[in-house]
Amino acid sequence: MTDRDRPILEVKHIKKYFPIRDALGKQMETVKAVDDVSLSLYRGKTYGLVGESGCGKSTLGRSLLRLFPLTDGEIWLEGKNIASLSQKALRPYRKKMQMIFQDPYTSLNPRKTAGEILEEILKIYGERNRFERMEKCIRILETVGLRPEHYYRFPHEFSGGQRQRIGIARALLVNPSFIICDEPVSALDVSIQSQIINLLKDLQRENHIAYLFVSHNMSVVRYISDRVGVMYLGHLVEEGETDELFSDPCHPYTKALLSAVPSIGGKTGKVELKGELPSPINPPSGCVFHTRCPYATAECAKTIPEFRRVTSSHFVACCLYGK
Amino acid sequence: MKENEKFQEEPGLDHLAMHELKIKLYEEHKKIRFRRLLKNQRMIVGGILTLIIVALAIAAPFLFPEGPHVMEVSERLKGPSETHVLGTDLVGRDLLCRLLYGARVSIGVGAAVAVITMAAGLIMGLYAGYYKTADNIVMRVCDSLKAIPSILLAIALLAIMGSGIENVIISVSIVYTPDVARIARTAVLSAKEQTYIEALEAAGAGTNRILWLNIAPNIISSVIIQVSFIFATAIVTEASLSFLGVGVPVPEPSWGNIVYEGKTVMFQAWWLVVYPSLFIAATVLGLNLLGDGLRDFLDPQNT
Repeated sequence: MTDRDRPILEVKHIKKYFPIRDALGKQMETVKAVDDVSLSLYRGKTYGLVGESGCGKSTLGRSLLRLFPLTDGEIWLEGKNIASLSQKALRPYRKKMQMIFQDPYTSLNPRKTAGEILEEILKIYGERNRFERMEKCIRILETVGLRPEHYYRFPHEFSGGQRQRIGIARALLVNPSFIICDEPVSALDVSIQSQIINLLKDLQRENHIAYLFVSHNMSVVRYISDRVGVMYLGHLVEEGETDELFSDPCHPYTKALLSAVPSIGGKTGKVELKGELPSPINPPSGCVFHTRCPYATAECAKTIPEFRRVTSSHFVACCLYGK
Repeated sequence: MKENEKFQEEPGLDHLAMHELKIKLYEEHKKIRFRRLLKNQRMIVGGILTLIIVALAIAAPFLFPEGPHVMEVSERLKGPSETHVLGTDLVGRDLLCRLLYGARVSIGVGAAVAVITMAAGLIMGLYAGYYKTADNIVMRVCDSLKAIPSILLAIALLAIMGSGIENVIISVSIVYTPDVARIARTAVLSAKEQTYIEALEAAGAGTNRILWLNIAPNIISSVIIQVSFIFATAIVTEASLSFLGVGVPVPEPSWGNIVYEGKTVMFQAWWLVVYPSLFIAATVLGLNLLGDGLRDFLDPQNT
């Protein structure tokens, strides 16, 4: 395997449970936000993560950045398992991983100018020269399609799209290996969405950054991703190359998600889901999807499905697949 | 990584042009900031009013080098006249002279209390808002302090420590610190949930950088408002304490004990009550305007 083919980031069996405590601090129950997920990010490639709200996709993204302690699992970055490092030991690795946030209105400090927001990041990484910092920030503003005079502007003087560009500039400033994009366009107007998506694609082409693109918008994910993972209730239920997954979905949940994308002209074989997303506090036994699956059998409630290979790069976690 | 460096080096602007651009941008930024300051009328009026009173307090020894204790018993309880601009008190001391020396005590107490409560309240509020354990301890202490009426608490503390300016400052600070801490904590609670804090955590920023350089500027305006009130309230509280006889001991003038002495002869000598009250009111007004203006100035969205 050459260096180029090796994943930048490899996530193995990651778990994140949140304890729910009562008033006295005694643990009552656990929310299984992310349960046993494995995935890999490659240089210059985008991994799209889709799923409905509350399925744990944002939690997964934040887990990879170690914004909170993990329950279990391994995160391999540059040959080092960063899942077990202390926050202090993690600091040199933070430079490699950045994040772009969903809401550009709360992700920028309203008291600071665009320049100060960007410089803050350079200060954290110990860039002491004021002029060098300013120069870097002005250049990065130009890279993301803003102008140098935006340096002294406050966030409220920007539009949503411009704010998101600042968010992207902040992530880009330290030459990261990979960026977690947490629904970066869902808070923007449709016309601005395509600009931002194309900016992300251009930056990826130039700098060979890997993206983990978290979204619930199927068409955006289809457009930007090389590989797509589908999450349901903390589990990864299907994973494959974008074209393959979209043309030949194997998991009933993926089918339902795809048929929920509005289109002109009726589709045949529409899969509709009944009911609500079950609570992750008490996830269903066996296959977590069996309560809403139109094809569920008695077996689904008992056995936990394993990842099966459909083709060389397409996997599905469903008991019924191949039967 | 090679490709990463390439786009950073690629010059959109050459070095000299970049340097000139930086200077130009900075000059423009300064100009805009100055214009915003001039537009802020409340801050200017409040600032001037406060400045005049502070200047008078500082000038007291030059205007009245003989000090506030000179008695002319023959001139007692005389109304405003040419020799005594604001009249004289019970034992024939010049009222203007005593008011200016009293300003040093009153404003000194107010300023000291404002600085102490702001520092203590900000530290308590920031850490209580950020750490849950600190929150439980700090806020319970504040709650128990706030459960006692403020004047009563100040009197009780002074009864323990004995009267005197330093003790007045300490006890009034203890009384008002919970107010600042509570407001700061509430503001921190909402500020720390914002995603820009998460962005800093993701970048590996330390707790001190997050708390002092990013959360503090966002909560400082509500704290400043509260502190400007406390500055004013401390002057009034000191006056009340002196009025009740537990504040600054008598021969030393403060606005409060001047009113206290004047109240017995209020109907023969109205100026002994009216003029000190006017000084207190003017100071409080100036400080509140200044606080309001400062809040507007610190808020970048207010243009």
